[in-house]
Amino acid sequence: MKHLLAIDELDVADIHRLLELTDHMVEVNQRPNPKVPALRGRTVCNLFFEVSTRTRLSFETATRRLSGDVMTFTVSESSVNKGESLRDTVETVAAMGVDAFVIRHRSSGAPWQACRWTTAAVINAGDGWHAHPTQALLDAYTVRTELGRTGGFDGLRLAIVGDVKHSRVARSVGQIFAALGADVVLVAPATLLPVVAEHATSDRLDDIIGDVDVLYLLRMQRERMSEALVPNLHEYTERFGLTAERAARLSDGALVMHPGPMNRGVEITVDPAELPGSVIGHQVANGVAVRMAVLFDLLGSGGVA
Amino acid sequence: MSEVPAGTNGAKQVLGADDVRRAITRMAHEIIERNRGLDGVVLLGVQRGGVWLAEALAASIGDIDREAHVPWGSLDVSLYRDDIGLRPVSPGAVSEIPFDLGGATVVIVDDVLYTGRTVRAAFDAIGDYGRPEMMQLAVMVDRGHRQLPIRPDFVGRNLPTSTDEVVVVTETGVAIS
Repeated sequence: MKHLLAIDELDVADIHRLLELTDHMVEVNQRPNPKVPALRGRTVCNLFFEVSTRTRLSFETATRRLSGDVMTFTVSESSVNKGESLRDTVETVAAMGVDAFVIRHRSSGAPWQACRWTTAAVINAGDGWHAHPTQALLDAYTVRTELGRTGGFDGLRLAIVGDVKHSRVARSVGQIFAALGADVVLVAPATLLPVVAEHATSDRLDDIIGDVDVLYLLRMQRERMSEALVPNLHEYTERFGLTAERAARLSDGALVMHPGPMNRGVEITVDPAELPGSVIGHQVANGVAVRMAVLFDLLGSGGVA
Repeated sequence: MSEVPAGTNGAKQVLGADDVRRAITRMAHEIIERNRGLDGVVLLGVQRGGVWLAEALAASIGDIDREAHVPWGSLDVSLYRDDIGLRPVSPGAVSEIPFDLGGATVVIVDDVLYTGRTVRAAFDAIGDYGRPEMMQLAVMVDRGHRQLPIRPDFVGRNLPTSTDEVVVVTETGVAIS
């Protein structure tokens, strides 16, 4: 594996390999000194053209725990504001000598473009509405460990609820769970479902909530209202929010997940800390371990000089 | 060292199951003799091939000295190797070390000692769990060709080999192909 760009570019064996490698990284992270020398001398550059403090910190932490060096480049402090192109930025930083780029960009496809301008490994940390593969890997890892499903997700029922149409998280999460054998259903108002859906769809959360093993809530973005795709947030919560009444209808052992940051009172009105099935905190912790596994797989496996 | 499974094309059996069992018993006696009282002694099998041997040595020590309790665990060194990026990585199972290594006498256990690089990686890995009082090295087969100044303390069998041969060690025997 040379790059990690999208889940649908991986085969199932790649996914299992990365999830198994993550077990090793979790063990490292549990030690008093959570650091190993695996990527000594390697440099990872985070190029964030869209603000994401969580994802950026997660990648920085992952790199440091493998003893790699980190360079971070965020748009607010960069010359992109002066009109420098993505290509100029990638080529300039590449000339300083980096082994991997972690790229977050508002335009779909930007990480694929970057691959043409550098010999370094490229990791997609979210591009437009398109893909966010490390989020999908950490979510799959979380379910794998929480439910003890190391062999795969055959028969597991996953509902992804929210603005599926504009969500790179929904796309990547749906792909990884389906690849591992789960039955995926996308739940949203018709205006927020993709025109061509890769999975089953529903616009009635109440019809399915009692049957799911994993309820995956997406962040409901306020700007969707100004685009008149949702009448108002209150109505959204009425039909699609995780309220106390709906939480009571979840089956025993069902997991509740959210990629963060949460809009409390919109997609979720109960306190996740009081939900027995909430694994939202574990998702964040697993994010560091999964990103360590991805970095080690790309930079340490002999595929990259 | 991970090797191809035994019994493949033209494998030559060098030791049988009885030989391996006797070697384990002898190494267990040597470990007891070297570490009088076995105070603080722990066995750490290197993933993957050393794990069964560490368990077998711990059982054998328990058979010889019923008072002794020698804990054993497993160690994955793949994040500590010096050839990361030069060859494909295939980590074994996750390290399981259910005891403190600080102040312990750690006997590193592996199936085959070859270049010594796996053992060097094990030194670094162990150091991240604590500062042992002492480290010792037990291997079933020493096949030579060391690239580092490392010497085993307990050896099942010295086996001269050429570098293009493959040595396979299991509970049922040792084969060269």
